[in-house]
Amino acid sequence: MGIGCQVTNRTTGDSFTCTEGQSVLKAMEQWGVKCVPVGCRGGGCGFCKIRVVEGEYECGKMSRAHAPPEAIEQGEVLACRVYPVTDLTIECLEPSAPGETSEQTTTRALR
Amino acid sequence: MKKGVMRPGHVQIRVLDMDEALKHYTDLLGLIETDRDDHGRVYLKAWTEVDKFSVVLRPAEEPGMDFMAFKVVDEASLQQLEKDLADHGVEVEQVPEGELKDCGRRVRFNAPSGHTFELYADKKYTGKWGITEVNPEAWPRGLDGMKAVRFDHCLLYGPELAATYDLFVNVLGFYLAEQVLDGDGTRIAQFLTLSTKAHDIAFIHHEEKGKFHHASFYLETWEDVLRAADLISMTDTSIDIGPTRHGLTHGKTIYFFDPSGNRNEVFCGGDYNYPDHKPVTWQAEQLGKAIFYHDRVLNERFLTVLT
Repeated sequence: MGIGCQVTNRTTGDSFTCTEGQSVLKAMEQWGVKCVPVGCRGGGCGFCKIRVVEGEYECGKMSRAHAPPEAIEQGEVLACRVYPVTDLTIECLEPSAPGETSEQTTTRALR
Repeated sequence: MKKGVMRPGHVQIRVLDMDEALKHYTDLLGLIETDRDDHGRVYLKAWTEVDKFSVVLRPAEEPGMDFMAFKVVDEASLQQLEKDLADHGVEVEQVPEGELKDCGRRVRFNAPSGHTFELYADKKYTGKWGITEVNPEAWPRGLDGMKAVRFDHCLLYGPELAATYDLFVNVLGFYLAEQVLDGDGTRIAQFLTLSTKAHDIAFIHHEEKGKFHHASFYLETWEDVLRAADLISMTDTSIDIGPTRHGLTHGKTIYFFDPSGNRNEVFCGGDYNYPDHKPVTWQAEQLGKAIFYHDRVLNERFLTVLT
């Protein structure tokens, strides 16, 4: 354990350390933890959306389609663009309507 | 090319941070910046391309594709295509000359898949970058990163593939090179071409309209694809999958993301077609192998992560 912030996912019980300048998603991938879906890692696709329930953080640029200002207010942000300032507690979100649509589409397309 | 639509001309991609995006498309992909405009857009081209630009980056709050354009052989063909589009019931928008710098007038329309396309006949001819027109050397020195050869095609996700096929084949003169059919014979993927390339544009069925899967750039060799993979690691660029081979087209490929989450591909090789060839068909139950020939398993991200 080096210097860094502890990120705890209260939905899955996973916990990992995030070093300075590292995004939550990047740290998660580096530790081999799989508690948030990994998409584009660029704030564009919305796959890694989480809710931060406790702690302070900074955000990089995110697609307004997936992280509109009102969602950001509620701590609903993209893990690939979340940079912890203190220890964080996060939780997984129920898949949003567009995510569900695309899953169904894929399934239908594959059958 | 039977209706005069010749080849892919440009794609306008939305990016969240222009500085990061530009570094990605120039330093990593090896595109060359050719201009900028008052809208904050940056114009790029690959070195073998003869016109001034093929990729336009636009700063925006949501990534994705604004439009893809095809170059038409001449103004007479453009006028005929405009009429044909109108007769087909497609609403056509006129984009005046110069809206994109050094590009002639563009005819803009939406496909049933929810994507915006353009046709144009004129763009400033600047010649291949870094080599002379007469007695040209094999390649220019001073190229960066992956040294992308050309912008090759886009893969787009959206609904109404049959109506989109009708527009592209019967109005615009594309032909079907490759397809994926489900058990009922419904086409869930269509690779359409104007040339002997396996695709100049491709569509995969998806409920949500107008989604961008990737913009693809051509490399010469498998060694170049492996070198691209090395560069992706060296620059800690977000990777999707590869290096691997596709079943569809049999191209050798690697997928990665730009800093705004738009997917890019660089690839080499692939099958050729002529209009007399029967389309190559893959069955949906073999979709894993059709998309990733070596793994033979679908990567969920490839089907669902879009901008």
